[in-house]
Amino acid sequence: MTVERDVMEYDVLVVGGGPAGLSAAIRLKQKAAEEGKEINVCLVEKGSEIGAHILSGAVFEPRALNELIPDWKAQGAPLNTPVKGDDVYFYLSPEKAFKMPGLFVPKPMHNEGNYIISLGNLCRWLGQQAEALGVEIYPGFAAQHPIIEDGVVKGVTIGDMGINHKGEHKSDYAPGMELRAKYTLFGEGCRGHLGKQLNALYQLDKDADPQHYAIGIKEIWTIDPAKHQAGLVVHGAGWPLNLLGTDSLGGSFLYHLENNTVVVGLIVDLSYSNPYLSPFDEFQRFKHHPVMKQYLEGGTRVGYGARAICKGGFNSLPKMVFPGGALIGCDLGTMNFAKIKGSHTAMKSGMLAADAAAEAIFSGSEGGDELTGYVSKFKASWLYEELYQSRNFGVFLHKFGSLIGGAINWVEQNIFGGKFPFTAHDLKFDHKSLKLAKDSQKIEYTKPDGKISFDKLSSVFLSSTNHEEDQPVHLQLKDASIPLAQNLPMYDEPAQRYCPAGVYEIIGEGEAKKFQINAQNCVHCKTCDIKDPAQNINWVAPEGGGGPNYANM
Amino acid sequence: MKVLVSVKRVVDYNVRIQIKPDGSGVVTDGVKHSMNPFDEIAMEEAVRLKEKGKVTEIIAVTLGGAKGEETLRTALAFGADRAIHVKEEGEIQPLTAARALAAIFKKEGAQILFTGKQAIDDDANQTAQMTAALLDLPQATFASKVELDGTKAQVTREIDAGLETLEVDLPAVISADLRLNEPRYLKLPDIMKAKKKTIEAVSFADLGVEAAASLKTIKTTPPPTRSKGVMVKTVDELVSALKAKGLV
Ligand SMILES: Cc1cc2nc3c(=O)[nH]c(=O)nc-3n(C[C@H](O)[C@H](O)[C@H](O)COP(=O)(O)OP(=O)(O)OC[C@H]3O[C@@H](n4cnc5c(N)ncnc54)[C@H](O)[C@@H]3O)c2cc1C
Ligand code: SF4
Repeated sequence: MTVERDVMEYDVLVVGGGPAGLSAAIRLKQKAAEEGKEINVCLVEKGSEIGAHILSGAVFEPRALNELIPDWKAQGAPLNTPVKGDDVYFYLSPEKAFKMPGLFVPKPMHNEGNYIISLGNLCRWLGQQAEALGVEIYPGFAAQHPIIEDGVVKGVTIGDMGINHKGEHKSDYAPGMELRAKYTLFGEGCRGHLGKQLNALYQLDKDADPQHYAIGIKEIWTIDPAKHQAGLVVHGAGWPLNLLGTDSLGGSFLYHLENNTVVVGLIVDLSYSNPYLSPFDEFQRFKHHPVMKQYLEGGTRVGYGARAICKGGFNSLPKMVFPGGALIGCDLGTMNFAKIKGSHTAMKSGMLAADAAAEAIFSGSEGGDELTGYVSKFKASWLYEELYQSRNFGVFLHKFGSLIGGAINWVEQNIFGGKFPFTAHDLKFDHKSLKLAKDSQKIEYTKPDGKISFDKLSSVFLSSTNHEEDQPVHLQLKDASIPLAQNLPMYDEPAQRYCPAGVYEIIGEGEAKKFQINAQNCVHCKTCDIKDPAQNINWVAPEGGGGPNYANM
Repeated sequence: MKVLVSVKRVVDYNVRIQIKPDGSGVVTDGVKHSMNPFDEIAMEEAVRLKEKGKVTEIIAVTLGGAKGEETLRTALAFGADRAIHVKEEGEIQPLTAARALAAIFKKEGAQILFTGKQAIDDDANQTAQMTAALLDLPQATFASKVELDGTKAQVTREIDAGLETLEVDLPAVISADLRLNEPRYLKLPDIMKAKKKTIEAVSFADLGVEAAASLKTIKTTPPPTRSKGVMVKTVDELVSALKAKGLV
C-alpha cells in the first residue's frame, strides 16, 4: 500500500534539535547572510518543543559558542553560573571517600572558564536564535526513515500520526510528510535510530572500534540555601561502582546551579557484566553517600531523567559522510569522555558540517554527493585535536579500572599533554559483556527511603513523560520470543533493570508468564537498544511529541 | 458568520507543576507551554462549524507576552483565518482579558465568542462569563454540544445533575467543556503554512482597555502531600483505627 505524502524541499534538512543540529542550522543561515544568498533550512525535533528531550549535566565549555555567537552574553544566553570550585572524590565505601588534592586532578577535568548550565535551556535559546535567522523549526515531528534513492540520502519521512496499537488508521490518521533536501544532517544524539540505519546501510563503522556507551541518570533538586554553593562542581568515581576492578565502572556528578538548585547524576558504563546490576538503583543508593547526602538532605527532588552517552570517542568515530548527508554530534560520536563533555564538541561538528554544506551549495552543487569538505574541515579543527588527545582515556578505564586507569590518564594528560605515542583499543561490544546470571552475584538493593532515594515510577512521574496511549509500541522486538525464551534463563532478562523508566516487566508465573512493555513510560534514553544482549530491541520514534517533557534539564 | 476564539498560552498539561521556593508563583521558566487544552476544544469546534459551512471566518485572539505568538500559530494551523495578538507583558487578570475580548468582539462584529471553559493554569473560569456581561450578551458555558441555527445556537451544557440544553440568541458567548469534541492532530503542512501568515498585534491602548488589578496573589503553595496509607486486616481493626482518629 502506498501512501500519498505531502512533500517539502529544502536546501538543508537537520534532524534533531540538540546542540549539534541547532548549531548547524544557525551556521548555515549565518553563512548565507555573509554571502548575501538564501539557504532554506528546516529542522525537525521529536520532542514536543526544543529542549524537551535534552538531558545533560552540564558543565559547559563555551569554546564553540564563542565562535558561533560571539556576543552570546549580550543576547541573553542562559550561561548564568560560572564554575567556581572543582572537587574530585574517590568513593571508597558507602561511608568513606578520598578527596583528590587539586594538584592531581587531570587537566581535562579542570573547569575554569566553564559554566554550569541546563543544556535544555541553552537549546531553547539556540532555537530562538535559529528561528530569528529564518530556520524553520518543527518540534513534535520525528524523522522516522531516511529517504534513500539510488543509494543517495534525499531526506527523511516524518512519522505518521493517528495509527492505533494494532497498526490500523484511526479517524484522525495523518501520513507523515516527506522532507527532502540537497543535504541532510543527522544530529539525533547518542544512538540515533536513523543514524543506526545509515550506519548499517553504508557500513560507516567498518573501520572503527566498536562504539561504547554509558547510561546517565540525573535528578534536579532544590536544596537548603545554607548548603548551596553556586558554581561548585563535584565529580567522583568509585562506590557504588567499581574503583579498582575493570567492571561496573562509572562516575558521578553534582553541580550547584543558580536558585538553590543542584543537579546530581550517576553515569554507569554499559560495559558492565553483572546482569543483576541496576543503574537506577545504583544511583539511588549512591545519593546516600555522606558526600552527596550533606547537600541533598532536607531538599526536594524536582526533576528526573536518563539518557545514554556515546563514549567511544576518537577510536570509535565512524565515517562521517555518505551521499547526500552527514552525521553530526553524538549521532557521530563526538563526545569527549575524558572531560565528560560532548556539548561543545557536538556544536563544533554541526558548525563544520554546515560550513561544508554552505560552501557546496554556493558553488552550485545540487547535493546528493558526499560532503568531503566536512571531513577535511573536521581534520583541521580543534575538535579533531581534542578528541585525538583523549582517545585513550576510556580504554584505560576499561582495562585498568577507575583508579589505575585514572592515574595513567593523569600521566598522559599532564605529562604528555594527551600525546602518548600509542593508541589503546577496546574491541568488545557493550551488549556482549554480560555474564550469565548463574555465574553472577545477585545484588540486594535496599528499599528507597522516599527522602533521598525513590522508586522508578515516582521518578518517571517527574520527567513529565507522556505518549499517546493508542499507538503501536515503539520498542520493537525483532523476535518476540527472545525475552522469555533466551534472555530470562540466561540473564534473568536484564531489561527489567537497565531500563531507568520501568518499561520492561516480567509479569505472571509459569505458563502465564509474560514480557510486558510499558511503552508510555519510555524516556527515550536508548539504553535498551544498546544493551540488550540479543540486540533484539529496536527503538523507533513514537508518535511525534511523545516522550519526556524535561524542564531545565 | 464571523466567530472569535480566545486562546491562551499555559504551562503544558503534562508538566509537573513546581512552586517557586519563595511562594510567589509557579515555575514557568524553561517549562513547556502550549495552548490551553479547553481552548483547543473551542478552536476545534469553530473549525468544524466552518467545515460544515455554518461559519465563514475564524479569528483567533491571544493576550500576553511575545511568546503568545506560538499559540496563535497553533490556532492558525488548526484553521483560524486571522490572528490577533494583544501584546502585553506581565500578569493579565480575567477582567482585563474580558475587557480586551469584548473590545475586539465589538470591533470585529463577531457573532460568537468561543472560549475554553477555563484555563488550566489559574482555573479561574471567569473570562467567558465576564465578557458576556460586559457585552450584555447571552452566555452558554461548559458546552458539550453546539448546534447553530440561523440566529440561534442550541447548546448542551454539562451540569452537576446531568445535561441541560439551552437556546441562546446570537451574538453570544460559548465556553467549551472537555466532551465537546476531540481536537485534531495538527498536520505538518498546515503548521508550515501557519508560519507564513501575518499576525495582527494590538495593545490595550489601541483597544481603549484599562488593565484591571482587582486580584492580588498572596501566596502559592503546593497541595499537601498524601500521607502513607495503613493496611488493616479486619473490619474491626478498621473501625478501631477510625475511632482512634476520632473519625467515627
Ligand atoms: C548525564 C549526562 C551528563 C552529561 N554531562 C555533560 C557535561 O557536563 N558537559 C557536556 O558538555 N556534555 C555533557 N553530556 C553530553 C552532552 O549532553 C551530549 O554530548 C550532547 O547533548 C550531544 O548533543 P547532540 O546535539 O549531538 O545530541 P542531543 O543533545 O542528544 O540532541 C539530539 C536531539 O535530537 C532529537 N532527535 C533524536 N532523534 C530524532 C528523530 N529521529 N527525529 C527528530 N528528532 C530527533 C532529540 O530529541 C534531541 O532533542 C552529558 C550527557 C549526559 C547524558
Ligand atoms: S525503554 Fe529503552 S529507551 Fe525507553 S527508557 Fe527504557 S531503556 Fe530507555
